[in-house]
Amino acid sequence: MTHRIDQTFAARRAANQSAFVAYIMAGDPDRAASQAFLNALPDAGVDIIELGIPFTDPMADGIVIENAGIRARESGTTLTSVLDMASEFRKTNDTTPIIVMGYANPLHHMGYVKFAAAAKAAGVDGAIIVDLPPEEDGDLRDAFEVHDLALIRLATPTTDAERLPKVVAGTKGFVYYVSMNGITGDSFAQAGFVTEQVTRVRDAANLPVVVGFGVKTPERAREVAKDADGVVVGTSIVKTLHEDGPEAALALIRSLADATHTPR
Amino acid sequence: MDNASDTNTAYPDANGRFGDFGGRYVAETLMPPILALEKAYEEAKADPSFQKELDYFMTHYVGRPSPLYFAERLTEHAGGAKIYFKRDELNHTGAHKINNCMGQLLLAKRMGKKRIIAETGAGQHGVATATVAARLGMECIVYMGAVDIVRQKPNVFRMRLLGAEVRAVHSGTATLKDAMNEALRDWVTNVSETFYCIGTVAGPHPYPAMVRDFQAVIGREAKQQILEAEGRLPDAAVACIGGGSNAMGLFHEFVPHKEVRLIGVEAAGKGVKSGLHAASLTGGTPGILHGNRTYLLQDEHGQIADAHSISAGLDYPGIGPEHSYLHDIGRAEYVSATDDEALECFQLCARLEGILPALEPSHAIPRTLELAKELGKDGLIIMNMCGRGDKDVFTIADALGEHISEGTEG
Ligand SMILES: Cc1ncc(COP(=O)(O)O)c(C=O)c1O
Repeated sequence: MTHRIDQTFAARRAANQSAFVAYIMAGDPDRAASQAFLNALPDAGVDIIELGIPFTDPMADGIVIENAGIRARESGTTLTSVLDMASEFRKTNDTTPIIVMGYANPLHHMGYVKFAAAAKAAGVDGAIIVDLPPEEDGDLRDAFEVHDLALIRLATPTTDAERLPKVVAGTKGFVYYVSMNGITGDSFAQAGFVTEQVTRVRDAANLPVVVGFGVKTPERAREVAKDADGVVVGTSIVKTLHEDGPEAALALIRSLADATHTPR
Repeated sequence: MDNASDTNTAYPDANGRFGDFGGRYVAETLMPPILALEKAYEEAKADPSFQKELDYFMTHYVGRPSPLYFAERLTEHAGGAKIYFKRDELNHTGAHKINNCMGQLLLAKRMGKKRIIAETGAGQHGVATATVAARLGMECIVYMGAVDIVRQKPNVFRMRLLGAEVRAVHSGTATLKDAMNEALRDWVTNVSETFYCIGTVAGPHPYPAMVRDFQAVIGREAKQQILEAEGRLPDAAVACIGGGSNAMGLFHEFVPHKEVRLIGVEAAGKGVKSGLHAASLTGGTPGILHGNRTYLLQDEHGQIADAHSISAGLDYPGIGPEHSYLHDIGRAEYVSATDDEALECFQLCARLEGILPALEPSHAIPRTLELAKELGKDGLIIMNMCGRGDKDVFTIADALGEHISEGTEG
């Protein structure tokens, strides 16, 4: 539902703030622990949740998220169980958007039409599918359209002026701007460059622009939040959860969310 | 390259589709570079000076044309159709892989890219890429699964001698598919200066078509050679399949000739029923991996399954999309051969023909022998002897329980 997404951005915008988007790998380290962590995210200041779907061949991810995916798969996580986690979350929260994020094959294998219906029923709001560029996402977009689900597109530093309109056309909810050429967990691009890019993408899309890839610290989140409508942190949350446990990860999230929410 | 076979380039379509297969399933960061690559390739293809330079290197550096050789004693052994080998194992660096590398790296040169990356399984594509990169004065980084580095030690050392950096990939199954993931990660990170030289007819469009076109010299030569030798086209063309580049290279010229059976042999590992195999068409279902939609080994949740083969070059859970298409329209047949069959035929070929085949084409031999019997004395078969077995002697010694060197396992 783009409704939850739209309301989330509207509320933050009204307070002159950027939204905080947290990525977690569903099922890492196991279903119960991951569910508890997921359910705790809104109270820690998370505005939008990106729920990772594990995949054997995560070619846009660095080693931290790849290893989280391996732990999740080893604990029995499947596309269906990821949706089950969303359903469970919705029992106590009807406002925080959940965007599932992953790779095309598990969805393709289930069938896009079946997946869209199941995602809707589970209370999912949209999806980011890394290896479905605009050229290849038509079938999934059609399936999503039926249920008013948002298929969120990625814009990158290589998306030039000629290509950008094609990328943002048909995207719903928000546009995800990948801050640098690289994989998750790499270091961040120059701040000035990002300011310029966010403006460029927002002008073309007329939608909120969230910035992800490479944001790790509250300082960086605060800086990005000055320009972006949302700030995404993934790798450092996943890493802290794995190495130091949920309390430490929630503390990190609180500090990142506070920094992101600094009024402009 | 001559253009005699341009009647046969209707596929892929403008979106890189062979029927329902192929496409460009890549992260947005890579879309602009693959569109630029497609454009550069189309321009090069139409430019006689590019063709001329490629022809020059193919003749004087790669050593083409490769012979079409009548395997007389193997033919006698099978007791049926005449078996010919297309001897691409005699190419510089010992396999068909260099046909493609020569083409892609000349294209990279034309595009002004000086940093070359590649993935490799058996190491043959890595060696060929490192070789051509050395010749053209380019930097070369080869990603190779840690498991394959152990299996194909001689090739790892060859790559290093040629000045390439070999980067071990430990993630996933630490084999070819993971090397490809890692190469894709490198490409997204170093996109502007890097040319990714994919080693088979897979990956996002334009790779499946481009690699096929560079390998199609195999079938063009073979057709001319068999017409000279026998005055007619063969009844069948047989090739082993990892990603499918040597097979597409042999098949492409014959696709319009419906009377020529096209037979691809996948790796059945310990047997397709055992679940430990690499036979994507025989035992897989359509899915999306590494930039294209094609038949894949996967579980009921759409997770990619591990492939298994004694041959590192065939140990891949997917297959080029054009093969998936030829399979579905019934134009080509796909069968398989087990590790044990390949090992047995490796030894047979060594003793009867004095040729040590690579483990990859060793998989094509058992099905070729059966087919020879089936077709009878009047039959005519071309099998692609796409690589030589020197790189495999340690693996084979291991499998035969002989100890010939330190560190054949590890
Ligand atoms: C000699 C040889 N044959 C075959 C293959 C498999 O690749 P393809 O199916 O693309 O020809 C390899 C791959 O490394 C190889 O080295």
